Amino acid sequence: MTRITVTVDGVSYSDDVEPRTLLVHYLRETLGKTGTVVGCDTSSCGACTVHLDGDSVKSCAVLAVQADGSSVTTIEGLAQDGVLHPMQQAFHENHGLQCGYCTPGMIMSACALLKDNPDPSDREIREGIEGNLCRCTGYQNIVKSISAAAKASSSTPAGVA
Amino acid sequence: MTAVDDRPTTSDEIGRSRLRKEDQRLITGRTKWTDNIILPGMLHLAFARSPYANATITSIDIEAAKAAPGVVAVYTGKDLQDTMGTLICAYTITPDQVAPPHPPLAIDRVSFAGEAVAVVVARSYKEARDAADLLDVDYSLLPVVLDMEAAVAEGADLVHPELGTNISAHFVFDSAAAGTGGDVDASIAAAREDGVVIERTLRQQRLVPAFMEPRSVVVDPTGEQITMWSATQIPHILRFVLAATTGVPETKIRVIAPDVGGGFGGKLQTTPEEFVTFAVARKLGKPIKATETRTESIIASHHGRDQIQKLTLAAKKDGTVTGLKVELLADMGSHLALIGGGVPFLGTFMFNSIYKFESYRFDLTTVFTNKAWTDAYRGAGRPEATFGIERMMDELAVELGREPMELRQQNWITHPEFPFTTVCGMTYDSGNYEAATAKAMAMLDYEGLRREQAERRERKDPIQLGIGISTFTEMCGLAPSRVLGAIGAGAGGWEHASIRMLATGKVEVVTGTTPHGQGHETAWSQIVADKLGVAFEDVEVLHGDTQISSKGYDTYGSRSLVVGGIAVVKAAEKVVEKARVIAAHLLEASADDLEFADGRFTVKGTDQGMAMGEVAMAAFLGHNLPDGVESTLDSDATFDPEDFSFPHGTHLCATEVDTETGLVKIRKYVCVDDIGNVVNPLIVEGQVHGGLAQGIAQALYEEAVYDEQGTLTTATFVDYLVPGAPDLPFFDTDRTTTPSTTNPLGVKGVGEAGCIASTPAVVNSVLDAVRQFGVKDIEMPMTPLRVWKAIQGASSVGGEVEAASASPHWEQPVQSGGIQTASSDTRSDATDGSQA
Repeated sequence: MTRITVTVDGVSYSDDVEPRTLLVHYLRETLGKTGTVVGCDTSSCGACTVHLDGDSVKSCAVLAVQADGSSVTTIEGLAQDGVLHPMQQAFHENHGLQCGYCTPGMIMSACALLKDNPDPSDREIREGIEGNLCRCTGYQNIVKSISAAAKASSSTPAGVA
Repeated sequence: MTAVDDRPTTSDEIGRSRLRKEDQRLITGRTKWTDNIILPGMLHLAFARSPYANATITSIDIEAAKAAPGVVAVYTGKDLQDTMGTLICAYTITPDQVAPPHPPLAIDRVSFAGEAVAVVVARSYKEARDAADLLDVDYSLLPVVLDMEAAVAEGADLVHPELGTNISAHFVFDSAAAGTGGDVDASIAAAREDGVVIERTLRQQRLVPAFMEPRSVVVDPTGEQITMWSATQIPHILRFVLAATTGVPETKIRVIAPDVGGGFGGKLQTTPEEFVTFAVARKLGKPIKATETRTESIIASHHGRDQIQKLTLAAKKDGTVTGLKVELLADMGSHLALIGGGVPFLGTFMFNSIYKFESYRFDLTTVFTNKAWTDAYRGAGRPEATFGIERMMDELAVELGREPMELRQQNWITHPEFPFTTVCGMTYDSGNYEAATAKAMAMLDYEGLRREQAERRERKDPIQLGIGISTFTEMCGLAPSRVLGAIGAGAGGWEHASIRMLATGKVEVVTGTTPHGQGHETAWSQIVADKLGVAFEDVEVLHGDTQISSKGYDTYGSRSLVVGGIAVVKAAEKVVEKARVIAAHLLEASADDLEFADGRFTVKGTDQGMAMGEVAMAAFLGHNLPDGVESTLDSDATFDPEDFSFPHGTHLCATEVDTETGLVKIRKYVCVDDIGNVVNPLIVEGQVHGGLAQGIAQALYEEAVYDEQGTLTTATFVDYLVPGAPDLPFFDTDRTTTPSTTNPLGVKGVGEAGCIASTPAVVNSVLDAVRQFGVKDIEMPMTPLRVWKAIQGASSVGGEVEAASASPHWEQPVQSGGIQTASSDTRSDATDGSQA
């Protein structure tokens, strides 16, 4: 077992973990952060995407021990003081989700996309979320959601990422 | 009306693009997926699965696994055979249909690679998984049966030797015998004499539903009821089958489908994992969880499609179709799953589609092979049929040198002809194919693209343009119970709803449908808000728990609104009638003199009235009710449709085919669907988008590929190509509205429409681009490799090319090396490339 200290959604945790423990399993099973989900075994689907020190990562492709000393933001830490993050709001308003299973990862990826490219074209959005699979929406309303969030954020100085 | 009216305006809820109630929890991670559940003392399961497709289990040594850290128990099929129940098939498509026994855990034989043979119970999943790898299972290998045509040949090796055959059932519908039409062989003979006969063999490849949430099941046996949470579309059916096959009384079983992450038919199943978890929990008296990995999900959940379609279409020289003969081989896989042969059987009523055939014959053979079992996948039997007929209409147009849309128009049921009874005896209540088609052609700029297509051909552009058509119909609202009874289903098709009027003015709606992404909480709230005149926000929709929603047939087959939504309407009407009696009493008026509108009873010709909420409170208090009237407004309703509903639409796809690389790019996709009246346009549009994505994926990307040993080689999302955002186009969608006449909302169903219609539109489009080179067919998925080979093959033999699809994908010669780099989209090459 290895001792790690990680800040997740603004709260600091110290835990002993098996070295083989994946970050997603640490989040779900040790911390109860079940908003982040597992969709595949091959880092293909992106359902488990979180932010690690501000960058989006697939948390099934990161060992918990690699997150030692880092700060992790999950879907559960995105809304602040009960106010939805603009990206969450955009997914709601544009029907960017159906079953919702890919949604946490999709929203986290989308936030990272806009951080790198605040004003993406639809094509750039599609390429930017290539690592996140959705089986329900055909992506059309996801692209629309992200585009709407980008436009919303361009009118607010803080940005959405 | 009172002077100050602060009641919400509710009369226009139906038809409004309400944002979804479901979203708040889903976008904040406040979700209840089955795999999230942790119970005190919970143990975890890991399955050991056969690597062989057909084998006898000679021994299982469990000692090492049993001794591994954290392991509580190890069970084989023999250990559980008296308690684990059995998996059933609810459809008997012929009286003499045969099926092997289907134990949840293999007992002495396995018949597909991935079948579970033993299960390890441990304190953590990791320990269970580690120990499962220590199980030592010896197998004696048997010959594998993979090819359907070989399976039905004389002297074939057998998937189940005890059955003596690989054929499960042979079903025939003949319009002459049924009295619904003429003799198809006579039509074909006449056409051979003085007309045209089109004969084609088409392939519907095997697909994986690939819902995003892997299946998971938790069983808690520690209460009076045994509670099962499962990622299922069918909690009610699951509870029934568990009770019926394990002997545990139905009253002692509670099944809950919490948040469920997609299904697409893939969770319309009673699974081995559910039954084994149930048995182990009962045996150990402990809560148990089993969550599958994605690879387990792909290899051991059911697959969809997988048909060989031999089609013969007869027509007059002027293009009028006369006869259609359909001979299907449908791969059931190793066993009959819950619907099993019922899936291809649905094609009986659909191959003739919107066209006025004089004669029709549907000849279905369901076949066992050593592969995962097949069952419902979005559209279930109808996409296959739509693909077959829409391909054939294009083939006829090519043969006659006719414009393909004009040829369809010549043959389809015209608007004034509705209601129309088809050659297979179905009565289509309503439709307007002309309107949908006119709109779609305008949206696509059909004429403009045809001109561009001609120009590109003229100048021999390396990028050739194709335009594909699919004018489809389908049958929804599965199903009238008496029809299901007549066709051998072991289930009814009604749906149930309850409405509870609470004292605080809030309303609980209990539905027997089980949404897993469809937005019933929102749509049902809209219906009830309209019918009862209460605020949308005041309606709470409850579902998916057999202790709350005690009756129901669940969600599949685009049935939820058309059947379950109507049950909600009927229950609301009963609430109004109960309330009317109480309101009349309180208003000292005759019930006949009361009008109900916008949530308020008023006495005709007066300003006297009271709101529904006030009546609910009066019923709750019970202080002043008419004699003999119960103190409740709560009402139940069960709705059984009289007939199916028949959505239709026109889908048009323009593709650009790079003739140098074989890469297909969808330039424009247009569809106009007619699904009758619409409750929530936003949700409807989303359903169409998702269906289109899956139908396009069948045409271009997805295939479950087995190697010659019967090992599934596409067992991860690296190899099984669920499309990503860059792989799909923008969809240009619209609607026409021809209300259904068979239900009071005039709705038809939309969940599967996009998936049913889109596949042939894409395939017809690609073929339209490359037929000029002599290509006659390209098997799905139309990967760059296949398209390129088809073009190359055609040009190298002077236009007389054998269909590139003549051999199954896995038997094709491997020549993928150079092609992968020729495409900018490596994802769509990987299926072929994986053999390199």
